[in-house]
Amino acid sequence: MKRIESVNEFVIRFANVNGTGSASANAMFAKSIFRMGIPVSPKNIFPSNIQGLPTWYEVRVSEKGYLGRRGGVDIAVSVNPQSMAQDIGDLNPGGYFIYDNTKPLDLRLHRDDVHLIGLPLTDICREEYTESRQRQLFKNVIYVGALAALIDIEFSVLKELVDEQFKGKEKLVASNIHALELGYQYALKNFECPIGVRLERRDAVGDKIIMEGNDALALGAVYGGATVVAWYPLTPSTSVVESFEKYAKRLRIDPGSGDRRYCVAQAEDELAAIGMVIGAGWNGARSFTASSGPGLSLMAEFLGLAYFAEVPAVLFDIQRAGPSTGMPTRTQQSDILAAAYASHGDTKHVLLIPSDPKECFEMSADSFDLADRLQTPVIVMSDLDLGMNDNMCDPLVWDEEREYDRGKVLSKEELENMSERYGRYLDVDGDGICYRTLPGTHPDKGAFFTRGTSRNEYAVYTEFGEAYVRNMERLAAKFETAKTLMPKPEIRRAKKPTSDGIIYYGSSNSASLEALDMLEADGLHLNAMRLRAFPFAQEVVDFIDQHERIVVIDQNRDAQMRKLLIIECEVDPKKLLSYTHYDGMPMTALGAASHIAKLFGSSNVTPLRKKKAGEKA
Amino acid sequence: MSYVRPAFRHPESKTNAEGFTRQDYEGALSTLCAGCGHDSVSSGIVDACFELGVWPHRVAKISGIGCSSKTPTYFLGKSHGFNSVHGRMPSVATGANMANGEMAYIGISGDGDSASIGLGQFGHVARRNLNMVYIVENNGCYGLTKGQDSATTDVGSKSKKGDPNPFEAIDLCAMALQLGATFVARSFSGDKEQLVPLIKAAMTHNGFAFIDVISPCVTFNNTPASSKGYEFVRDHIEATGKMDFVPVRSEITANYEPGFTKEITLHYGSVIHLYKDDKLDCTDRGSAMRAIQEHNDKGRILTGLLYVDPDSKDFHKVQQTVKQPLRDLDEEDLCPGARALNAINGSLR
Ligand SMILES: Cc1ncc(C[n+]2csc(CCOP(=O)(O)OP(=O)(O)O)c2C)c(N)n1
Ligand code: SF4
Ligand SMILES: [Mg+2]
Repeated sequence: MKRIESVNEFVIRFANVNGTGSASANAMFAKSIFRMGIPVSPKNIFPSNIQGLPTWYEVRVSEKGYLGRRGGVDIAVSVNPQSMAQDIGDLNPGGYFIYDNTKPLDLRLHRDDVHLIGLPLTDICREEYTESRQRQLFKNVIYVGALAALIDIEFSVLKELVDEQFKGKEKLVASNIHALELGYQYALKNFECPIGVRLERRDAVGDKIIMEGNDALALGAVYGGATVVAWYPLTPSTSVVESFEKYAKRLRIDPGSGDRRYCVAQAEDELAAIGMVIGAGWNGARSFTASSGPGLSLMAEFLGLAYFAEVPAVLFDIQRAGPSTGMPTRTQQSDILAAAYASHGDTKHVLLIPSDPKECFEMSADSFDLADRLQTPVIVMSDLDLGMNDNMCDPLVWDEEREYDRGKVLSKEELENMSERYGRYLDVDGDGICYRTLPGTHPDKGAFFTRGTSRNEYAVYTEFGEAYVRNMERLAAKFETAKTLMPKPEIRRAKKPTSDGIIYYGSSNSASLEALDMLEADGLHLNAMRLRAFPFAQEVVDFIDQHERIVVIDQNRDAQMRKLLIIECEVDPKKLLSYTHYDGMPMTALGAASHIAKLFGSSNVTPLRKKKAGEKA
Repeated sequence: MSYVRPAFRHPESKTNAEGFTRQDYEGALSTLCAGCGHDSVSSGIVDACFELGVWPHRVAKISGIGCSSKTPTYFLGKSHGFNSVHGRMPSVATGANMANGEMAYIGISGDGDSASIGLGQFGHVARRNLNMVYIVENNGCYGLTKGQDSATTDVGSKSKKGDPNPFEAIDLCAMALQLGATFVARSFSGDKEQLVPLIKAAMTHNGFAFIDVISPCVTFNNTPASSKGYEFVRDHIEATGKMDFVPVRSEITANYEPGFTKEITLHYGSVIHLYKDDKLDCTDRGSAMRAIQEHNDKGRILTGLLYVDPDSKDFHKVQQTVKQPLRDLDEEDLCPGARALNAINGSLR
């Protein structure tokens, strides 16, 4: 029988029941590989439920540094009878099926092209532990111990991780290490270890870190000077605010009084959350909210007000599969159009699109500068895959010299020395951005009325059409200025000259990069551009102009980014082909490569074995 | 135009303790209908601020949408104002207050704005005890959209359209009490003698101060069959014990009228003096709720100060924010710096 043989290049998938404590054991597994110097990329696949439904944890191990999903599974660790049929079915031929053989495997599930490795997990736990919760929890630790023997995880690394996790709780350290030993010894005694797929220590991680995108957004907000936070819980955005509070409690306490240099309000809904952010922004504090699609929809009216009344605001949109409640714990990039054009009337918003935690951190901090500079909402478009999974990236850096850009805000002195009449909406500098004043600044200069109704340059209410049009034109000019302030797209040239290219963005980055390598190996050379912001910088238009055919990769059904490019860059729609992937799972490199090859009419690319739901040309 | 401002300043116009004249608290000319109750409320706010001697620029005015919500343009012209979206004034005020707890916030809303589209935000800002004055200019109808019944319209009340309202009315004072507001009052736009001291006390209160002001809409809801018209209100109004507000600085010199028997000291030292009232105890939430209900049962409108908790803890206090306004903190206060970040990097490996 075929045996998958591989060192440091494989996919392993754990199948668990949620609420059974598997998350921390699985995280320890991934971290141990990272500590062995091997790039690793784990993805949590979880249901919208607290206890009892199937969850999966898919770990991509790649010495070459590929961090996206590859497609296919080489090792399945099955501890959930509910999903066993699917778990064994998904395994690549020659793969390894590790399962709890306390009960014999259902004969109907047998496959003669995979290797069965039975661990009597339930039996071992029944013998070792008396309490049912302990039996449940340690089962997870035992299979990690067994894996240490089966695929050569250094046992000392696991010990080190247990020590760190339970620092100061010696009893827990001892019992966890004992559980690891149980699995380790069982595997060693009963199987030929290691199996064909295994690990070897490398130095391929360098000084990289591993963290969740939401954690990085939160930290960026702490560094970027956010003080007012308002939110309403919504998966997958919740951990942004939880994480902000975690960091703020450590880093934002006034040493003298013990009081907080921040204020978090759990609002009654997303309407109130964005309203609070706008109120705070109007009053000069850096403020943000975090939400996802359903919240974004509720915020629409207020976002239009902030655009028109020109109030800074930051919104982190951690996208998930819609429409409506859709698949609330699955990933998608399906709020692009809703965010870019959120609200009624002629509205457009600034979007920043990070693709790894480091960029989450940077764009989060930058979003506050941009919102203040442009006096408008800035929406950071992350997603569940980037936000809630541990992603490996370069370490975070902060320039000590950096100062917050508070934008055009007149101080008391500036108002005092002002000889001409102050006009809130006067375009003094010709960049479409006017000078604002904060409430309470000066006793009799600079006060104005902020409103969502039309007004003239001096903020006086008017329904005079010409004044309205002048203001709308200026807002359009401000958006042109915004283009020059946006992060530039990241452009990668192919090794050979080509007139074909691909465009991708956000969490599609890793799988797209790997797909490009696969295609190149098969002789298809493509230039590539990763979008990082909206409005699109000139470089985006130039890239499109320079190519004849471009595939735009979207993780949504309607190819929303492709549409936005067509509308905003006024390109011929025929030129922009589309690859969409939107089944709720992060896209895979294999899926992207085979579909892109097909779109470019290239036949010599290895076709994908099996078409997955939601993947189409 | 019912609120015409004199074009010149009278040389002998009085100044208050802070050196401001009444004109310093006025705003742009009103564009509301002549006789609209809302204009009297604006003028009450001007009087209260003038008499209190607040610095106009240290007040921020925030409103929703409606005729009532337009009024912040017509008072305190030296203050920043924010006319936001329909029913959402409370959230904007909350954010503004979170950013800077040192200023005074006056929120203006209507019965449509607060009792219908904004009922949720009204309830939540009350329970958060945000330090602000929240005034509903309650005319029992939607003025700006031309007179539809609102959620505070009483059963059977008839507007100009003529159909009696079949639905139960929401009593915003009762709701505010139930939801934890720490200052609750009701007044009438036609009774400035009562309204002005109430606004002054509300502005001095540290926490959420709610005033439901019955403010007739002369254009759409001032019929004899309307329970929010001038005629009906004048005939059915009843006041709690008379109240006198004594600001902190005049406390020593104030000459108390005989008969005041209850004294409530507010957060910053100002004092409310009350006549002993037969039933209502203004520091007892339950007593206030019962009094509202009893008057309602008799078809009477109870006005005046209904409840105050002088020891109230406002939102900032609960949140333990620093004394300094959050918006004034800079990089040095807020940014943990590169060394802390390197330590965080270390913990993520
Ligand atoms: C989202 C939204 N829906 C509807 C309206 C239309 N609208 C404007 S004012 C108003 C009612 C105002 O009533 P109220 O708050 O009682 O104010 P009044 O005019 O009576 O003072 C309505 C429904 C709006 N501005 N926004
Ligand atoms: S319509 Fe009614 S509420 Fe509106 S301004 Fe006229 S009188 Fe006042
Ligand atoms: Mg009304």
